[in-house]
Amino acid sequence: MFPDQFLFGVEVLLNGLMAGVLYALVALGFVLIFKASGIFNYAQGVMALFAALTLVGIMDGQVPFSHLINALFGTDVHHFGWHVPAFAAILLAMAVMVGLAWIVQYFIFRHLVGQEPIILFMATIGLAYFMEGFGDMMWGSEIKKLDVGIPQGGSFWIEEATAFLGGSNFYGFFIDQLDIVAAVVAIILVVLLVAFAQYTKQGRAMRAVADDHQAALSVGISLSFIWVLVWSLAGFVALVAGIMWGAKSGVQFSLSLIALKALPVLMLGGFTSIPGAIVGGLIVGVGEKLFEFLIGAPFLGGATENWFAYMLALVFLVFRPQGLFGEKIIERV
Amino acid sequence: MFDQAESFVTADGRTIGAVMMEMKNITLRFGGVVAIKDISFDVREGEIRAIIGPNGAGKSSMLNVISGFYHPQEGEVWYKGARRPEMKPFEVARQGIARTFQNIALFEGMSVLDNVMTGRLNHMKSGILSQAIWYGKAEREETENRAVVERVIDFLEIQHIRKTPVSRLPYGLKKRVELARALAADPKLLLLDEPMAGMNVEEKEDMSRFILDVNDEFGTTIVLIEHDMGVVMDLSDRVVVMDYGKKIGDGPPDEVRNNQAVIDAYLGVAHD
Ligand SMILES: Nc1ncnc2c1ncn2[C@@H]1O[C@H](COP(=O)(O)OP(=O)(O)OP(=O)(O)O)[C@@H](O)[C@H]1O
Ligand SMILES: [Mg+2]
Repeated sequence: MFPDQFLFGVEVLLNGLMAGVLYALVALGFVLIFKASGIFNYAQGVMALFAALTLVGIMDGQVPFSHLINALFGTDVHHFGWHVPAFAAILLAMAVMVGLAWIVQYFIFRHLVGQEPIILFMATIGLAYFMEGFGDMMWGSEIKKLDVGIPQGGSFWIEEATAFLGGSNFYGFFIDQLDIVAAVVAIILVVLLVAFAQYTKQGRAMRAVADDHQAALSVGISLSFIWVLVWSLAGFVALVAGIMWGAKSGVQFSLSLIALKALPVLMLGGFTSIPGAIVGGLIVGVGEKLFEFLIGAPFLGGATENWFAYMLALVFLVFRPQGLFGEKIIERV
Repeated sequence: MFDQAESFVTADGRTIGAVMMEMKNITLRFGGVVAIKDISFDVREGEIRAIIGPNGAGKSSMLNVISGFYHPQEGEVWYKGARRPEMKPFEVARQGIARTFQNIALFEGMSVLDNVMTGRLNHMKSGILSQAIWYGKAEREETENRAVVERVIDFLEIQHIRKTPVSRLPYGLKKRVELARALAADPKLLLLDEPMAGMNVEEKEDMSRFILDVNDEFGTTIVLIEHDMGVVMDLSDRVVVMDYGKKIGDGPPDEVRNNQAVIDAYLGVAHD
């Protein structure tokens, strides 16, 4: 038997881990693109929103651009009248994200090769707002419910199985089933991504491009192909993050703001490290929940989750600017 | 001189094959700078062709034109009897043309083995899906590619650093790893931009031996840029001499060495 206060702490920690997994997932999307092309993709959050909107739209059989169509032709179409099963809809949404990756490469970044990083960054800001508006135009801006069949609510099984740990005031750990699913999916995704990068031809080429463009070209790698590939992978990661977040709190504009949570994760983990994104995500998730539980709520009036991650990242930046896993930056003189 | 011949024998008794690549009236400009001015020359199968000339003569630019990194404003590149359309560097590489760089372009974050392995990328057929589905086939392919890579590593005597991250290697070894990566691609034509620059005498001797052995054992055609005249004389079958973007000499090493324009260029005689 443990003291209840300790067990509550453990529960907070577990929930923090679950949240951290999602942060890690979003951060991973950033890292993929940044490593391969040096582009800091401000639009990563909007991509998650766009992916989730597209998924809901496909599942519900929504007519894309219905507002525009109706305004132009005086029609009144909104729905095709069918419903697409979640699995098929996810595949279709993925195909849309691959299409998007291709469009982004061929219409934007192909023309910006060799430009300053700040210009590439500006381009992604433009892309973010364009996609936001385009997503609205395509699927409408109202809040949508996303239900792909993931169970929600506390897991009774875990509660019952752990109730014995504490006294009569402790009813077992409360952990949302959705969070568990999200964590498992994220872990599978990360394992798949790592296996892809390590063992496939395209993965090897991807790592080569991330390391040195000139050398990659000389061994016969097409940079544009790899860039479409990493944008597709980032789109895939965005879709998964969008599904998890969307299932939890509905698909709406605020979903795109999860990208802001990835920023401190990146500062902690380093912008180019996949393990860094994962560990950074977990640290931020656990850190902000535990801080709120131990210090924030009792002493600071709560709501510390909004800023804790940024504080932590700032402290980190001062003492270890290259992040947890980045290589030490030594200025050559 | 030998233009019409299908093949001919050099002064050293080496047999050189038919024309493999031909540069026709290449002109390359960077804004006002004319890096290459109306240059033509050919490369024959199985030969070691050197390009020499003072700093800034346009040698690297020429290699970059061959490998598709630069695109000339004028002129034509003929490869294997056909005019080559404007190509990206990766497309040129896929035609069997491998290269090294004057300033070394390795994958610094990878081990020596992984670097050399990237040279095999073009020989890996399986796509993402087939790799997932026909795991056995992908595995066999991987084993075959590994065998080629190990042979190259043995050949260039870098077994002892196979697992070392490239970033930790000294300059001379990096140059050798870069050559290994190019060789792993099993190229028809190998382009080497100053493979011996910055090396000590012993390293230079090793590198010269490797270049000759590659040419000998695999029959690889080699285009080589080099500053060290002694090395050029020893290695090459024919030499192109460049100065200020122009070709001022072309022929066997002995002939070129005694060419007055070449002597002037190297002694820094004022241009008119
Ligand atoms: N990418 C480029 N942009 C602008 N100018 C260039 C570029 N590459 C080469 N040049 C110019 O073209 C000329 C020839 O350069 P190149 O590098 O081909 O000479 P090089 O013969 O290889 O010299 P070195 O022996 O110093 O390597 C130089 O004037 C150089 O400044
Ligand atoms: Mg040069």
